[in-house]
Amino acid sequence: MSEVIVITSGKGGVGKTTTSANLGCGLAIQGKKVALVDADIGLRNLDVVMGLENRIVYDLVDVVEGNCRLKQALIKDKRYEGLFLLPAAQTRDKDAVSPEQMKKLCDNLKEEGFDYIIIDCPAGIEQGFRNAIAGADRAIVVTTPEVSAVRDADRIIGLLEANELRNPMLILNRLRVDLVQKGDMMNIEDVTEILAVDILGVVPDDESIVIATNKGEPAVSNPDSRAGQAYRNIVRRIMGEEVPIMSFEAKQEGFFDKLMGLFRH
Amino acid sequence: MLDFFSFFKKKNDPAASGSVAKDRLKLVLVHDRVNCSSQVLEMLKTDIIKVISNYMEIDEEELDIQITQTPSEDNNGTVPVLYANIPIKSMKKSNMG
Repeated sequence: MSEVIVITSGKGGVGKTTTSANLGCGLAIQGKKVALVDADIGLRNLDVVMGLENRIVYDLVDVVEGNCRLKQALIKDKRYEGLFLLPAAQTRDKDAVSPEQMKKLCDNLKEEGFDYIIIDCPAGIEQGFRNAIAGADRAIVVTTPEVSAVRDADRIIGLLEANELRNPMLILNRLRVDLVQKGDMMNIEDVTEILAVDILGVVPDDESIVIATNKGEPAVSNPDSRAGQAYRNIVRRIMGEEVPIMSFEAKQEGFFDKLMGLFRH
Repeated sequence: MLDFFSFFKKKNDPAASGSVAKDRLKLVLVHDRVNCSSQVLEMLKTDIIKVISNYMEIDEEELDIQITQTPSEDNNGTVPVLYANIPIKSMKKSNMG
């Protein structure tokens, strides 16, 4: 069975591309055949986050326009068996592709035998968004615990449902446990209650993501990264496993922790 | 010493900025979801007062009109409702027939 999952958010800068890269790698590590599709035409970035920027010959627009075969444009990631990237075109814009063409592209990728096709959606709600969701079977909405990001996520969830993508799953990204504990950041329940969607996972704000992105090696492959662990859990949930939201993802400070905190200074 | 006090500080302090964010978000989403700004609501309020005042004398100070969410009857979601609480001072005799 083959599934097309679009990663979207409405607001820019909340972590769509990082999430796409980590879920793609994570699923490949689990032995799945994965195609990562960068639908952000004109502002391609998934290639650099993946560390594959030097290997691009053809791109998504070349495939759609028939300048090359699909297989020629798919970059094979040598680090992870079964992981491929279809990069976005950098010198074109969103109008270069239509939703019908994207739908056909997704069908062709399914025929290639991919288990998961992950589409990194551009920010916004215009043509690029419509293209990215056209061929999707499922949607994952990424947000951060901020008023602006959750507001945009709410709008996106409405638009997804209007386009027959029901029950999108939510990833709450960049949660600062220390701020939540002080009451200075919305917590998981606040956000899920407001958006009325199921939570797929919570990714803590973690400097290992910055380091991973600098190197072009997604954090999901780093066993010491907390964000990487959160992504590994999300990957298992996508594959249908029941994995509880882990304690570090939503760490509740107990009495003992508080007591220890007193003596730490 | 600061830490000592924060030890006793209640979690979910309503004044903490997380709660402020949640309340602001809830309000902005109610208006976003029905595509109705506070300005439109203000115009609606003025019109409602105008119409009702033809029939009865109302307490404009105590008048409360807002858009809120209520659980939907057919699915698990919520639907927006226009809530209006309009205290009547007295009926206008001229319109009582």
